[in-house]
Amino acid sequence: MIVSAGYYMALAAALFVIGALGMLLRRNVLVMFMCIELMLNAVNLTLISAGRALNDLNGQVAVFFILVVAAAEVVVGLAIIVAIFRRRSTASIDELSELRG
Amino acid sequence: MVEGILFVLMAVTALAGAVTVVVARNPVYSAMGLLGTLFSVAVLYVAQLAHFVAAVQVIVYAGAVMTLFLFVIMFIGVDTSDDRDERLPMQRFWVGILAGVIVLLAAGITLSGNFDWVPAAVETIPEATNGTIQAIAEPLFTDWVLAFEATALLLTISAAGAIALAHFKGQRT
Amino acid sequence: MTDFLWLIIALPLAGAVLLHFLGRFVGEPLSGWLASLASTSAFVFALVAAWPFIQGGEHSTTVLLWEWMPAIGANLELLWDPLAALMVLVVTGVGSLIHFFAIGYMHGDDRFDRFFTSLNLFMASMLTLVLAGNYAMLFLGWELVGLSSYLLIGFWFTRPSAAAAAKKAFVVNRIGDFGFMIALMLVFASFGTLSYAGIFERADEVLGVGMATAIGLLMLVGAAGKSAQVPLYVWLPDAMEGPTPVSALIHAATMVTAGVYLIARSSAIFEIAPIASTTVATVGAITALWAATIALAQRDIKKVLAYSTISQLGYMFLAVGAGAYVAGVFHLMTHAFFKALLFLGAGSVIHAMSDEQDMHKMGGLLKKMPTTAITMGVGTLAIAGIPPLAGFWSKDEILGSVFARGGWFSALWIVGLVTALITAFYMARQWVLVFLGEPRWSQDTSPHEAPRVMTIPLIILAGLSVVGGLLNTPFALRLERFLEPSFEYVTLQNPPEGLAMFAVLAGLSVMASLVGGGFGYVSYNRPKQRWLDFEDGFEPLWGTWEQAYRVDDLYGAAIVAPGKKAAEVAAFGVDLAIIDGAVNGVGSAVRRLGELARSLQTGYVRNYGVLFLGGALVIVIWLVVGR
Repeated sequence: MIVSAGYYMALAAALFVIGALGMLLRRNVLVMFMCIELMLNAVNLTLISAGRALNDLNGQVAVFFILVVAAAEVVVGLAIIVAIFRRRSTASIDELSELRG
Repeated sequence: MVEGILFVLMAVTALAGAVTVVVARNPVYSAMGLLGTLFSVAVLYVAQLAHFVAAVQVIVYAGAVMTLFLFVIMFIGVDTSDDRDERLPMQRFWVGILAGVIVLLAAGITLSGNFDWVPAAVETIPEATNGTIQAIAEPLFTDWVLAFEATALLLTISAAGAIALAHFKGQRT
Repeated sequence: MTDFLWLIIALPLAGAVLLHFLGRFVGEPLSGWLASLASTSAFVFALVAAWPFIQGGEHSTTVLLWEWMPAIGANLELLWDPLAALMVLVVTGVGSLIHFFAIGYMHGDDRFDRFFTSLNLFMASMLTLVLAGNYAMLFLGWELVGLSSYLLIGFWFTRPSAAAAAKKAFVVNRIGDFGFMIALMLVFASFGTLSYAGIFERADEVLGVGMATAIGLLMLVGAAGKSAQVPLYVWLPDAMEGPTPVSALIHAATMVTAGVYLIARSSAIFEIAPIASTTVATVGAITALWAATIALAQRDIKKVLAYSTISQLGYMFLAVGAGAYVAGVFHLMTHAFFKALLFLGAGSVIHAMSDEQDMHKMGGLLKKMPTTAITMGVGTLAIAGIPPLAGFWSKDEILGSVFARGGWFSALWIVGLVTALITAFYMARQWVLVFLGEPRWSQDTSPHEAPRVMTIPLIILAGLSVVGGLLNTPFALRLERFLEPSFEYVTLQNPPEGLAMFAVLAGLSVMASLVGGGFGYVSYNRPKQRWLDFEDGFEPLWGTWEQAYRVDDLYGAAIVAPGKKAAEVAAFGVDLAIIDGAVNGVGSAVRRLGELARSLQTGYVRNYGVLFLGGALVIVIWLVVGR
């Protein structure tokens, strides 16, 4: 038996929502970052499932590219977090509200 | 049948890991939860014959990226300032409403049986989506070669950017 | 020969461009010599090109240099006919002499090279004007001479009066240009082209009398602006703020005659419009008398010559208006000689008197600067109309032609005769006040004769003023035969036939000159108190003349003041309250809106996140439910 793509999609949706809620509720920059990774993984999962269901290898190619971009994003993002921390000695996102209008 | 069991097992671990990421006070636990999720998703990739992507997921994500995360957590220190003061008292309320809407939406979709975003599942796994390295490489280096070059450039630039940020000598305020 | 025609314009233009960029390094006096060289070589080229005309039998040619806007007949084309040739020769010839004079006159000026840049630019513009083969190019030159005139009047722009005079000249000229532009539009509407070739041949079949009159009158407005005719003459006296060589070149010899040239060039149109022609003649006569009376009472040596110029231009308008085009152009030429001479002489005097221009503070300069005195004397006799000098022949031809028209023109003839008398009087007055009598200058000025670079042009111009008139005497109409091809579409008005008639008319005008000149000489060759009493005897007329009929005050009250008032209303009433108010209102409305929107930007990432997710959800719901 083969699991229908819909179930994968449902799982991915659940992961995505959990990531999004974590993103909105937590204030630790690092945890928020991890939530972003969660959401990215959820999307990747949908792409793989859809690719299989549609009988198309390009879904996996897209995931590959997302992985690369995510890696680059992590590198830069963590560097920024470290830089901010060295300046402000905090990892709380609420401390960083200088761009208030 | 095998895939069904695998799916249930891995879905449970993935969700548990995800919840841990969000709920854990200590960022180290969050990282561990994320690690669990990443491994589960990698298994799900394999279940769907995306071998190469699964390998990359384990090596790059679970390996390199998570190491980086843990390193930064250690560098910054386990900071629990998260709960010290809440500047957005209405935040939980609004998030709760949004979550409620999402749950309602999901329930509505499920109950209406309108579950067919993608065509009905095929009975056997088609060979065309067998994501071996060879199979992935062909579209990657023919149709998407330009995008591939662009990602190479992106990685180089981000590496340079990270170095530049690390060298940044700002005054502490 | 005509292949090189473009060089006549290109040489001074090249001189101007070169001096503009390199003048600072070339310096004094080399930049002056370079400019003079450009001008002189243009003269030589013009002479070579004009030689076939002088020999006779050569046809006019049109040289097409470049097709600019062929659809409306506006190309860069040069019309080379006797009229253009004569104008080019006068402009380059007199212009070159004035260039040389200016080398001496402008000696020591900080912006010596810039002066010659502008002077060469003026030459190129004026030559464009007279060589143009269509009205569009003529208009180009027309505006460019206005520009260079502006630059040169305001050459000493640090003086507020010079800056104001330059502005005034420009603004008054614009009024005239406005009329001229409408005339050109009417021409284009009627003919569908601006090219001379397409206009003059067909003028009498295309134009009705009404249209021709309208075009003629509007051209008169333009010509009156450029040539300082009533009522637009007020800028010319003020233009004397410019350096004296500029006054000589632009505001006496060449640029101000552009209006006369325009009417002579458009003779084919005026031929169909007798009302317009008569108006031209009347305006000319009125201007002649009006300006002559003002010139009577001026104390400033250059102002006398300025009003005299206006008066003489009036003569030219009288001539071309009466159909005596050759006489008008003839007077244009002779006037260029003797008026340039008089201005340069005045410049020499001013130079010698350390920039003193008040004739009450001169006197007795004959011994100190004999060359200037004698050459200016020649110029005075020439303008007064003493035979056989140049002014006599041209003025006599004008008066004779006007008299021959009869009717209304007889009245204009009398005006012209009276003007001749007044002209002789005020020129005699000027010469006597400057060169005879006891010295009235202060002790610390030491007048001296000008350097040779200044006196040689004076001598040449004096020579031309003596013999220039012999070109066209009633006994040998050389100039008329020379110019005839340019006026093939009109019947030229000539003085009455017969030696007896000539003798009577000439005798009358000579008598007027002698009476006026003699009276002027006798009245002023006396001690200062005597002629001051003499002038007081004419009060209050004399004061009115001295203040130029207070026309400037009148214009100031009637036009400038209401204009300023209107500008004030527009600036502070309309602009500040309504337009600025609207703009500021929009600005502050946007600002208030921004204040509102600002509160959305809390700076908290999680706030943005909630809004972001909410928005995404709305889209998802729309996609899912909406289908």
